[in-house]
Amino acid sequence: MRRRLGDRLLFGYVWLVMLWLFLPIAVMIVFGFNDTQSKSNVSWQGFTLKWWGRLGDYPELLDAVYNSISIALIATLITTVLGTLLGLALGRHRFRGQGATNLVMFAAISSPELVMGASLLSLFVSAGVQTGYRTIVIAHVLFSVSFVAVTVRARVVGLDPSVEEAARDLGASSWVTFWRITFPMILPGVVAGALLAFALSIDDFVITQFTSGATVTFPLWIYGAVRIGIPPQVNIVGTCIFAVGVLIAVVNSVTARRRATA
Amino acid sequence: MDLRTSPAFLRGMTQNRHPSRRDALRLAGLSAAGLALAACGVQGQRVAPPAQDAVAGYWSGKKKNGALRFANWPLYIDKDGSKYPSLEKFTAESGIKVTYQEPIQDMTTWFGKIQPLLAANQDIGYDLMVMTNGIHLGRAIDLGYLVPLDHAKLPNFAANASPSVKNPVWDKNNTYTIPWTVGVTGIAYNPKYVDGDITSIQELWNPKYKGKIGMMLDVQEVANFGMFALGIDPDKSVQADWEKAAAKLQEQRDAGLVRKYYENDYVDALVRGDIWITMAWSGDIFQQITEGENLRFVVPEEGGTIWTDNMCIPKTAQNPVDALTLMDYVYRPEIAQMLVEYINYITPVPATKDLVLAHAGQEKGEDRKFLEEVAASPLIYPSDADLARLRSYKSLSSAEEKVYEGLFQPITQG
Amino acid sequence: MKRLTPYLLILPGGLWLVVFLVVPLIFMVSVSTQQGDVVNGFVQTFHIANYTDALGQYRTQFLRSAVYGLVGTVLAILLAYPVAYWIAFRGGARKSTYLLLVLLPFFVSFVLRTVSWKFLLADDGIVFEPLKSAGLLPADFHVLQTTTAVIGGLVYNYLPFMILPIYVALERVDPSVVEAAQDLYASRVAAFARIVLPLSLPGVFAGVLMTFVPMTSDYVNAAILGGPDNTMIGNIIQTEYLVNQDYPVGAALSFTLMAALLVGIFGYARALGTQNVLEAAAR
Repeated sequence: MRRRLGDRLLFGYVWLVMLWLFLPIAVMIVFGFNDTQSKSNVSWQGFTLKWWGRLGDYPELLDAVYNSISIALIATLITTVLGTLLGLALGRHRFRGQGATNLVMFAAISSPELVMGASLLSLFVSAGVQTGYRTIVIAHVLFSVSFVAVTVRARVVGLDPSVEEAARDLGASSWVTFWRITFPMILPGVVAGALLAFALSIDDFVITQFTSGATVTFPLWIYGAVRIGIPPQVNIVGTCIFAVGVLIAVVNSVTARRRATA
Repeated sequence: MDLRTSPAFLRGMTQNRHPSRRDALRLAGLSAAGLALAACGVQGQRVAPPAQDAVAGYWSGKKKNGALRFANWPLYIDKDGSKYPSLEKFTAESGIKVTYQEPIQDMTTWFGKIQPLLAANQDIGYDLMVMTNGIHLGRAIDLGYLVPLDHAKLPNFAANASPSVKNPVWDKNNTYTIPWTVGVTGIAYNPKYVDGDITSIQELWNPKYKGKIGMMLDVQEVANFGMFALGIDPDKSVQADWEKAAAKLQEQRDAGLVRKYYENDYVDALVRGDIWITMAWSGDIFQQITEGENLRFVVPEEGGTIWTDNMCIPKTAQNPVDALTLMDYVYRPEIAQMLVEYINYITPVPATKDLVLAHAGQEKGEDRKFLEEVAASPLIYPSDADLARLRSYKSLSSAEEKVYEGLFQPITQG
Repeated sequence: MKRLTPYLLILPGGLWLVVFLVVPLIFMVSVSTQQGDVVNGFVQTFHIANYTDALGQYRTQFLRSAVYGLVGTVLAILLAYPVAYWIAFRGGARKSTYLLLVLLPFFVSFVLRTVSWKFLLADDGIVFEPLKSAGLLPADFHVLQTTTAVIGGLVYNYLPFMILPIYVALERVDPSVVEAAQDLYASRVAAFARIVLPLSLPGVFAGVLMTFVPMTSDYVNAAILGGPDNTMIGNIIQTEYLVNQDYPVGAALSFTLMAALLVGIFGYARALGTQNVLEAAAR
């Protein structure tokens, strides 16, 4: 009996925590459908779909979302290439300086975003570089490249080198071996890394704020709008990004399970 | 979304081989070498002020380009869905296409954004912007960041602007700026929680409202209120007065009376009931009242602050003639009327009052009531008695500015 | 050629990391001893007093950040451990689904999550208004702009960084070992204390590292949920850099913060008896 009671208590506790975790999300989604009249969205006035048709009321918000997405895509592309190369080098080769590379990568993963942002801005003001769209991309590649490298390295280390050896024995050049054999095998790691980089970029606030200059991304726009009241359109965009994220995660886990069982 | 915790990544982390101490030392050596390289300073931004005949020099040869990029504060223009009727009318008449954006939230941040660009003579992305009189506008003028206006092209301003907005102390003869709107900083409160009519600024120090009092983050705003509370006229104040005012404000903060030092978000906080009584801008509160919120706004008997948001052209503007055209256009009474009916701040064009009343006569029901409220509101057309109690921000030299900020900033941002 | 391959592979990424991570840190140190203002420019004068001045003026905010980080981390362990435990040992075949469920809220933008809390906790908002009209709470009761709100926000926002590492550690514990231990010690509590807990500690240690650092250097929660007496060191650094444009003070503060965190992390690793930080994080 005691055993059951303990389990039940644990179960209840876990669901309380879950409730706490979901409360603000539910509120965000629900208030995107609030039929508010005033310019700020503060109390429940009834259900409406009208905000979906009025996303264009805030052209700056749409610009910000566009910036967020395009920055995330560009940064992901660069990050994935650089990170995959790093991951390959670290997973496949032994070389002098490997330790230093690991140290720098670990520093990039673990240093506080605030310090990274502050030091990047110190560099940019000292060198007279105007902050803006390009510096945001630079910063996003910086903080996500190590994540991609680590993810790819995990995949590379787990590979069976004999497959590549066999290909080479059969006369394939190393270029052909890489694209035909190695790359398809590490692809899941590369994709996982790219998703990670995209997710990190699209949600980043702190480093972006330090390196953005006059460019505004979605999180920056929300932060600015806190001062004037958040319109329901923000809830809607937030809900959409949430939905896309959930979709990616679900597809990811389903395909992973299928791979595992196949 | 944050996938930093994704299983694929964690799997990778768990295979981490840690770097040796030798690697760390080698990195430290590399850093020392780089430090020598980084020992240079950060470049200054000062530029020479413009010459006397700058107006003619600047405007000669400038042409209309048919495009205009306008930077304004949020909710600061008439809006119908996603359209701006007054701007559409402007485009239809003049052929100038307006890109209207709302990137300005407060002066400090805005100036921080444009200042490096203007210092480097780069385009800030806008041809016309709205800046509040005060430290930053003064700095922009001193640093030669603004284009001197050609008043020959501003006939509507000359004919229709209220005498009270012409030739302000911070910009003699409107050399660089003309007003967009004028506003008042006073006290707003929620009668649900605050009993009786509030008239005194001392209510902001009333322990009854502990933790429910809102003050402003802006140094000049908060400093003026500290001085009003002590019966000091900001215009005539000296450093000793500022020190007293700072002490008064510090006392208010230390007693736990102040909930937060707000930017524009005080409106939300007031509507949500987070604060009951607060420093406030007249137009914000008027808008909330017309949306049905039960709020009051008063100019305290000890005094309130009057400020002006001014249109000005940055020196790197690509379409200055188009900007100047719009500046004059909004001084046409019927256009100023469209603006005031939406913005609800004090309009620089007094002739709009009769136009708003006439418009009210054509409307029915809610709309009519609203327009009548606008025309009758002391927040939009203030009485002489109110105006007599209003003071501007203190004009400061750059040396005074440092002292002033040093005194008040630790209170609001410490 | 073969020997050069790894160097060619790390060249682009490595260069990026050096130019935009290592070099900027050096520039930050350089800026931190400069003097001047943004209009006239900053000049390198090796003005060490920037550090003593900044530390003297903002000691409170430094201490406050450390306390918030510590309290937040402890709360995060208390919330995360049971959840991770339940998923790892009671999740059965649906383990990964439950894990995904727990992480779902974090697919919403960080700033938006925090704003949502501000909305929920409003004095007359959807949570407190009914309680107040029912007379269960006094009219001036509030959570926003208090320490509770800020620490609550910190814990909420960084919880997954605690749940995940603990879960990964627990998941590696072989259930049959636990069963054997239960037979051996005949008490679930004893089995947990002697077997499961020690095996999961590396996960907790990693979680502490992954939450304490970002919590301590956070400024978004204090800015959105906090009041005048909740200002953290991150808020000061952000203001000095982006609002006042007083780069030397900002740089001195953020270098001090980084140094303090490094010392803290190394001290923590030493106390755990691990050789260095990485082991705790990477176990």
